[in-house]
Amino acid sequence: MSMRKQFVTTVEKKLRLDEKVVLLLGDIGVFGFNKAFTDFANRVYNIGILEPATVSLASGLAQSGLIPVVHTIAPFLIERSFEQIKIDFGYQKLGGNFVSVGASYDYASLGCTHHCPGDVGLLQNIPGVEIIVPGTASEFNSLFSQAYDDGLPTYYRLSERENDNAQNVVIGQANVLKTGSLATVVAFGPTLNYVMPAAEGLDVGVLYYTTVSPFDEKTLRENVAKTGKIMLVEPFYSGTTAYQVMKALEGMSARIEFIGVPKEFLTHYGQAAEHDDAIGLTVNNIREKLEALIHD
Amino acid sequence: MTKIINKIKQQILNAAHSAGEGHIPSAFSILDLVWVLYDRVLKFDANFPHKLNLDHFVLSKGHASLALYGVLAEKSFFPKEKLNTFCQYDSFLGGHPDRNKVPGVVASTGSLGHGFPIALGIALASKIQSIDNRIFCLVGDGECNEGTIWETALLGSHHKLTNLCCIVDYNHSTDRALEVGDLAQKFIAFGWDSLVINGHDHEEIYHALSYKSDGRPVAIIAKTIKGAGIKDIENTPAWHHRPPNTDELAAFIKELA
Repeated sequence: MSMRKQFVTTVEKKLRLDEKVVLLLGDIGVFGFNKAFTDFANRVYNIGILEPATVSLASGLAQSGLIPVVHTIAPFLIERSFEQIKIDFGYQKLGGNFVSVGASYDYASLGCTHHCPGDVGLLQNIPGVEIIVPGTASEFNSLFSQAYDDGLPTYYRLSERENDNAQNVVIGQANVLKTGSLATVVAFGPTLNYVMPAAEGLDVGVLYYTTVSPFDEKTLRENVAKTGKIMLVEPFYSGTTAYQVMKALEGMSARIEFIGVPKEFLTHYGQAAEHDDAIGLTVNNIREKLEALIHD
Repeated sequence: MTKIINKIKQQILNAAHSAGEGHIPSAFSILDLVWVLYDRVLKFDANFPHKLNLDHFVLSKGHASLALYGVLAEKSFFPKEKLNTFCQYDSFLGGHPDRNKVPGVVASTGSLGHGFPIALGIALASKIQSIDNRIFCLVGDGECNEGTIWETALLGSHHKLTNLCCIVDYNHSTDRALEVGDLAQKFIAFGWDSLVINGHDHEEIYHALSYKSDGRPVAIIAKTIKGAGIKDIENTPAWHHRPPNTDELAAFIKELA
């Protein structure tokens, strides 16, 4: 099951079990929720293509004790509505769920208007926002179930790229998937599919993060203390998590290598995998840089 | 009625003078509207300001906060003497209202165009939860430059939110930048019912706030004077965001006596 289909299944279940849940779709994912429109007619809305007002009205729902779930394509949900998330949820201290599709360039063929490699970095500027980057459909289901009603604004970054194997994930906790003494590789969400084969046979540790905020500083610190070298593999703008990493490693000395989306407009079209190849988000490139890091 | 309005205006002037801060003309522009709302229309409980089953008021043009603070103090949401802490470092009364600090404040506004869609969300929540209440929101005419105002207007009529009332403080203060024209006709075009009133006439305000339409939300276009009540301030752009000095304060207090 894709993350997007899982999103429908998960939210339908929550709608059934929790009468406080209200779904607002920005004219995206509407057909998937056909049944929900019938079963929960007063709590499921195809609200229209007006994202800033949608986010603000969602905060009005939250003020009234409801649990909003807002869904559309990442740049429209996060970049277009950034101030509404900042003030109406962050500053006002209200809980809500923002679930995007598209990630950095899942909509590669549609061009840069539909790319969103900056979403995670942008949201990190809002104190108190939880940022979730699941790597599989079942991880989304687990993480959403843990956080949807926790009273905080929470962003879930769905992607069409998924890892082959799901992990048991907990909000705010990294998974230690492999230990090693020469370097620590940090994989965020769906990059794990590249990182695990790239790290195979090497004496390196692999940490898997599905929560960017709050960041699990302790696990990173403990592991980097053993290796002194770290490689961040990010499915969003490269360096997005640099601040959290530096903060986690405060007082320590470590060499850091970044692999992720470069800060430039990716003006080609095609498929997302072609963009991965073009920017070096590949098993071979990760392996090559990792070996260089180890031997440097 | 003039007596209580003038008394609150004096408190606002004193608060702004003490703080060296405040949007006095905006506050005076909306004060009659907010006072009549709280005094004669709004169902509220000052001891439990967030009770869901009562009415709610969202001040979307948050820079006019002094008017709201003055009315909330008069209605015992907090002690009147707190008004003189306005904008001090540890005060709960900031230049723009904070819902997590000020008893009775529903939304933290200040960035224009946020309060109206928040109010719509509260109105929609009432509809979802079968709560029989009314949600009032006050926006500025300059705020009607913001796209979210019209996004919200579309949503309000589409979802038939008859429990939602938008009051527009139409004092023409931003005509110099962008004229918003006939707002009543614009709201009607967006599917709302609309009334035009004198925003300083308490009977007109009362009847408009009490009006309920047939299946449409209501927009009240209130014709107002920015800085109403103080001749030197009325419609004078230089006063938009400045406090009175000691001499001016004395003169204005006297004018309102």
